Amino acid sequence: MLKKLFFLNILFISILLNLNTLNSIEPDIFVQSTVNRASSTLSGNNTKEERIAKLKKIAIDTVDIKGIGFYSLGKHRKGLSQDKINEYSEAFKSYFLNSFSSRLAEYSNPVIEVDSKEVLNENYTIVSSTLVATEKRPAIKIDWRIYTKNTDKPLIRDLIIEGLSLARTQKEEFNSIIQNAEGDVETLIKSLREFSNQ
Amino acid sequence: MIRKFGIILITTLALSVNSYAGSDGELLLKKNDPANVKDCFEGLNRATFAFNQGLDGILFEPIAKAYRVLPSPVRKGFSNSLNNLSNLITIPNNIIQGDLKEAGVNTGRFVINTTVGVLGLFDVADKMGFTEYEKEDYGQSLGTAGVGPGCYLILPVLGPSTVRDTAGSIVNLLGGDPWYNVSVKNNTQYFNEKDYYISRGTAGVDFRAKNLESFDNLEENAMDFYASVKSLYLQDRKLKILNSKGVVDAMDDSDWDEIENN
Repeated sequence: MLKKLFFLNILFISILLNLNTLNSIEPDIFVQSTVNRASSTLSGNNTKEERIAKLKKIAIDTVDIKGIGFYSLGKHRKGLSQDKINEYSEAFKSYFLNSFSSRLAEYSNPVIEVDSKEVLNENYTIVSSTLVATEKRPAIKIDWRIYTKNTDKPLIRDLIIEGLSLARTQKEEFNSIIQNAEGDVETLIKSLREFSNQ
Repeated sequence: MIRKFGIILITTLALSVNSYAGSDGELLLKKNDPANVKDCFEGLNRATFAFNQGLDGILFEPIAKAYRVLPSPVRKGFSNSLNNLSNLITIPNNIIQGDLKEAGVNTGRFVINTTVGVLGLFDVADKMGFTEYEKEDYGQSLGTAGVGPGCYLILPVLGPSTVRDTAGSIVNLLGGDPWYNVSVKNNTQYFNEKDYYISRGTAGVDFRAKNLESFDNLEENAMDFYASVKSLYLQDRKLKILNSKGVVDAMDDSDWDEIENN
């Protein structure tokens, strides 16, 4: 009886593990499919407004906007009330989507090839890719920091272009704005809103 | 000459906060982290940055746009030739950093590209399977030796730097750059100072032309362009000092862990 129960348990655990594996999405495949989605949006016969709308949808589906927002705020998040954090998150989301889509909307048919991946830990995998060279510019190496805590739904947390982290750059930019406003996060929120309304 | 070189090194050591030799990789990483580099002269830096942006708008950007009109093989030839010339600074720095193997490779690269590659216009060494070329300079050598970056600086015309990197650039003018020595310092029958300044100017235009869209994109989407450029410059210098080809080696994950734990 005990032996049977033991085998049943093992069987149950194995099924669970397999189901988990079946549902999980490999980070490199996730990046390639995201790139393909963006690429088809950019190469299709869409107006600029349509492109921007579609790119925003892709960003909402694939980027951890809230996580990047918290990362960008860094040490200044400590001590903020929940209401203020919510206010910031909302302003950041709007800023991020506008900035992200307008940056990408200018490109036409970019070709990105996924080269390799490196698992850092259970939370992060770095996927390496190359933006193929064109007549105007050389090839560009792009690394993607993929948040893999939920293996069913990996999310992009950073783009590292030729070794330079965009999230890190944004964090230091936000820090500079807050420091020049003598630590007032409200100034940053105001700047985010102004940028979004441009 | 050696005395001048010594003065530069001592000045840099004195100006660079937390600097001492013999640090390990982790300490180098921490010391060169952009967040740890002080912007001691921020007011002056921002004013110089605005001046440089104005100069870029009326001078460098239009020239870079005109340069982009040149056929791609011509631009590639210029770019190759300038890269080849930079070997003259890279090789002594490979030696200073104790990387004798890379010094040998770069010497071979320089000889082949200067001769078979027609003064560096063609990167024949690359076609022969030489490893990817990595530029080195005296600022990087000082950084590798454990000298901290010191304060962040914006130099008129030349752009972002640090106290350490500026000192490194001065070494070029004090005998550390063989190309400067044979063109400006010792006016030989083959080269003169015009050749040197044309090569430096072309290198600036070539860099600007390669980054026209990136700069515009960054400027349009930045709320504080000065802070963005500062961060990118310091991240780039950190990577170069660590001689890291893999992004992972140069990253500090503790920042990301912070958002998990709150």
